[in-house]
Amino acid sequence: MDYLLTEQQAMIRDLARKIAQEKIKPVAAQYDESEEFAWPIMKILGESDLFGIYLPEAYGGLGGGIFDMCLVTEELSRACGGIALGFAGSALGALPIALHGSDEQKKKYLPDIAAGRRLAAFCLTEAEAGSDAASIKTTARKEGDKYILNGVKQWITNAGEAEIYTVIALTDKTKGIRGASAFIVEKGTKGMEFGKKEKKMGIRASATREVIFTDCEVPAANLISREGMGFIVALKTLDTSRPGVAAQAVGIAQGALDCALDYSRTRVQFGQPISSFQAVQHMLADMGTQIEAARALTYSVAKLVDSGAKSVSKESAMAKLFASDVAMKVAVDAVQIMGGYGYMRDYPVEKYMRDAKITQIYEGTNQIQRNVIAANMIKETLKK
Amino acid sequence: MNIIVCIKQVPNTTDVRIDPVTNTLIRDGVESVINPFDAYAIEEAVRLKERCGGKVTALTMGPPQAENALKEAIGLGCDEGVLVSDRKFAGSDTWATSYTLACAIEKLEAYDVILCGKQASDGDTAQVGPGISTHLDIPQVTYVKKIAEINDKTAKVERMTEEGYDVVEIPLPCLFTVVKEINTPRMPSLKGMMRAKSAKIAKWTAADLDADPAALGLDGSPTRVVKIFTPEARKGGEMISGTCDEVAKELVELLKGEVV
Repeated sequence: MDYLLTEQQAMIRDLARKIAQEKIKPVAAQYDESEEFAWPIMKILGESDLFGIYLPEAYGGLGGGIFDMCLVTEELSRACGGIALGFAGSALGALPIALHGSDEQKKKYLPDIAAGRRLAAFCLTEAEAGSDAASIKTTARKEGDKYILNGVKQWITNAGEAEIYTVIALTDKTKGIRGASAFIVEKGTKGMEFGKKEKKMGIRASATREVIFTDCEVPAANLISREGMGFIVALKTLDTSRPGVAAQAVGIAQGALDCALDYSRTRVQFGQPISSFQAVQHMLADMGTQIEAARALTYSVAKLVDSGAKSVSKESAMAKLFASDVAMKVAVDAVQIMGGYGYMRDYPVEKYMRDAKITQIYEGTNQIQRNVIAANMIKETLKK
Repeated sequence: MNIIVCIKQVPNTTDVRIDPVTNTLIRDGVESVINPFDAYAIEEAVRLKERCGGKVTALTMGPPQAENALKEAIGLGCDEGVLVSDRKFAGSDTWATSYTLACAIEKLEAYDVILCGKQASDGDTAQVGPGISTHLDIPQVTYVKKIAEINDKTAKVERMTEEGYDVVEIPLPCLFTVVKEINTPRMPSLKGMMRAKSAKIAKWTAADLDADPAALGLDGSPTRVVKIFTPEARKGGEMISGTCDEVAKELVELLKGEVV
């Protein structure tokens, strides 16, 4: 469907598509197998200016918005959801700075992120604080002009590869979530280490590790916003970035459908291509329709975020929920259409199925998204 | 260092069809792209600029829409684009084309290196690059796979051969045609593409060039295309089976009978 993109948006999408199809698709299976981080691809994305599309021009970006970021994430994910996450994960790490950082912090960190010279990562989740993010235990104790961080962040995307980390830690344990603050921590800071690389079901080209802080000294100038704002920074970041997960899901779904559609036209059974059978046609039709609906919702919400709307929690939760459920269903159906071939690792669809699953889980499980959506719906009725 | 890269806009060969009646390319609805070999020349030109400083000018002769190829080249890192376009150039063969391009190059400011792809994917002649250097009376190296050393006076390059490569030292200014082994062309950058969008492409006609009108276009082209045809598909060979001795004997008999 034609979404009436502006000339610049079409240019961004076409460039991302070109890179995805020419550079990522041929190596997706190899990185999935080796679980290495795709630095050569990150370099290409950086040189093509894609890391900066959603960042302000004043800080080396191209001045676009989350919609532009979604266009890129979708196209990259269509080729490989794991490699795409190197890009999207950096955006997640950069957003706290872009949204709440001071001018000095933006000047110091965003140009490198925009150029792809340094990747960013966002550190919120802990072993006992997943869906219940308010249970984080990492602390930041102020000492003079420094904060001393202690704690372990878990399942951090881009960990070890990224150089700029935005970390949520408690500056006042007695205040619960109101005692949380956000910090910028650079890789190489004394007291900061990385745990073992996780072995995952899907998105295996993405680096997922623990980030461990042991009396890690961070300059007070690296506090984002002010003490106590950590949770607001985190929630605002996630509300803003969530359409990105939706876009990743749309891309994965589209990639899976591309494979299934191609296969159905060339696979001959009973003397004809299986695409001539209504049973297969109806599956393809449902997959195509569901993807288009997910894409339309994702784009609409991304545009809402870019419009500066005050609250986007409900809408961005809806986009993430719907698109990720579509991705899972479409990927499963793509495997089904390809039958035994779909189940074999020599063919790419089983990877789309493994990659799709994470989109229902991370950046808030779909159960949590439903909680958010319902809570907002109920709140809206009370206002009337 | 002033670098000129000559490029050609060609039909995308992945979706080219041949008209079975006229035996010519069906160009309708076929996307035009930069000749794939020229993409390596553009990349090498931009790398030379990054290595030695200076400026890269992309030059093409073609119809008005060839401007898009020049804009794409700017998106890939070239600084300027020049389109040489005139109905008077229509029907140019490789001789007239290289003459026209050489005239355009003489109109540009002094240059150090001219880069071309080894050949175009539509004509496959590999003659225009060498033709340009001949018209300009400058030295050339074809099939360059590496520019090993370069300064403002000389260059040392590796010229690919079937069995290996020659190392050639050559004074500047000179012309290189490059093979795909020379580099991996980069992806365009968004900032480059935006610069390209607003870039002004210089457009020159025959009147802008100091050229002999009789040497342009069809009139200036000694080549005559007599006939274009699709060669007949090769028929399957004949398999001879048996022991070595039997096979050898039979083969000799066959050769005696038909060929020798």
